[in-house]
Amino acid sequence: MKKVRIGAAQGFYGDTIEAAVATAEKGDVQYLCFDALAELTMAILVKDKRKNENAGFTKDIPLQMKALLPYVREKGIKLLTNGGGINPIGAQQEILRVAREMGVSGLKVAVVTGDNVLDRIPEFLEKGYPLNHLETAKSIEDVKRRLEFANAYIGAEPIVKALEGGADIVVTGRTTDTAQFLAPLIYEFGWSPDEWDKLASGVFMGHLLECSAQSTGGNFSGNWWEIEGFDRMGYPIAEVSENGNFIISKVEDRGGLVTVDTVKEQMLYEIHDPSAYITPDVIVDLTNVKLENAGSNKVSVTGVKGKPRTDTLKVVMGYENGYASQVIVGFSWPDAMLKAKKVDEIIRIQLERYHLNYQEVRTDFMGYNSLSGPLAHDSQSELNEVFLRMVVRAETKQEAARFSRLFPPIALNGPPSMSGFAGNASPRALLGMWSTLLPREEVENQVKVEVVEV
Amino acid sequence: MAIVKLKDIAQTRSGDKGNTVNVGVFAPNQAIYQAFLTELTAERVKEYFTGLVEGEVTRYELPNILALNFVCTEALDGGGSTTLRLDNLGKCFGANMLRLEIEIDDQLLKVKKRGE
Repeated sequence: MKKVRIGAAQGFYGDTIEAAVATAEKGDVQYLCFDALAELTMAILVKDKRKNENAGFTKDIPLQMKALLPYVREKGIKLLTNGGGINPIGAQQEILRVAREMGVSGLKVAVVTGDNVLDRIPEFLEKGYPLNHLETAKSIEDVKRRLEFANAYIGAEPIVKALEGGADIVVTGRTTDTAQFLAPLIYEFGWSPDEWDKLASGVFMGHLLECSAQSTGGNFSGNWWEIEGFDRMGYPIAEVSENGNFIISKVEDRGGLVTVDTVKEQMLYEIHDPSAYITPDVIVDLTNVKLENAGSNKVSVTGVKGKPRTDTLKVVMGYENGYASQVIVGFSWPDAMLKAKKVDEIIRIQLERYHLNYQEVRTDFMGYNSLSGPLAHDSQSELNEVFLRMVVRAETKQEAARFSRLFPPIALNGPPSMSGFAGNASPRALLGMWSTLLPREEVENQVKVEVVEV
Repeated sequence: MAIVKLKDIAQTRSGDKGNTVNVGVFAPNQAIYQAFLTELTAERVKEYFTGLVEGEVTRYELPNILALNFVCTEALDGGGSTTLRLDNLGKCFGANMLRLEIEIDDQLLKVKKRGE
């Protein structure tokens, strides 16, 4: 029976390429699929593109290509990535450039465009699509002039077309995290657009692979200290059968662990209603999924159900939302916490005196409550050191910049033992996120696949 | 009955989507899953996350993998790229959940350990 083997290559922008190379070498895979994009990543890439028109794709693409093109050539492994981000054509050009530099020829590199709908927002509003916020139902009126990007989440279809066009490498912009993983299955098995259970199984496989080591022991909340090889984690590999069922494993001599317990944590990661995980390709129902041990570092996955896909696509937009300015200062024992609290008090008095009316002033005591907030326990023993973190939200960069200037004088004027001052950094631009829905055909009629041979 | 922290009997994992955080809570066996169903109500979790979660908490049940999924809206002070919080992607919500205490039958604790 025909099986397709797919390896996870990247869980986020900035991920290591080592694991993908190990999978290419020893994982016996036909495809390596990358998920480079998070909501935050789009924000980072937009900032890059603002500085340089040619940027806007993930900068690790040349590195990945240098490491993996030999395997594309020798083993015929195909690479599918959404690392094109805000500028997929730029990414395609970069891949072609690296290939030429390495003397590779006969390679087909496809690019998928059409997810970027920023310039079409006025057109959509004119057509009467309200573009209200998906969660809050608020009107887009306030933010539409501040939009920095707007991308529709597109599915596997155009990637399948690229594979049908003979592509060895497919680079896209904002496809869903799972589209790269599902596309090879549709292409290889010839699944029909209404074989919902199979499509759902393929999407769920993608979901388990898209965060790389998060299903092979990374971020494991159980007995994490028993997991070996965090320094060289193996990324998940799926062996998928024609009926959609699959087995998750990893390259044996890499680190990590594949068990029902490690896989089930990733199963619910960033999932809302488990009976309706909505993607452009299918609505996935996880309520009957069965995870079973299938041997050492092997978990079998069955029982994924699917429901017909929706008529709408999700669009995520980012809008300029002011600036943050952050200062971090440390205090040592004795009375570390008291000292930090005193400085918080001093700064807040000064904010009032100088009429610095920030939209939000936040204080965290690092080493005590900065990651737990109100859930932090009262400290049982006196802390050896505390870092005071203060951060403000301001409308303009200038306003934000004034905040950090309050801190240097505290070094001499305030409580003793202040040290480790990390302030006066440039204010950071904040991006708000705006999710909404659009009729599928409004986006899909503009999606293009272009294959170029080097 | 005994009072026990989730840390000693459960696995958790959390993640973000916009201004929403979800927390998956996994039970080690059927009996403890039943106890979770009674103890870990959406109301209880919403109250527990007071000060972090401003919106609603919805609970989804997954008896097939002995898990509950809590979806918390307005939980990140605006969302990953705009929040002033250090835990901007909600990664620590799962860890914070592990400190929640529930009441559980002593008998169940004898078989509490994962995989045992």
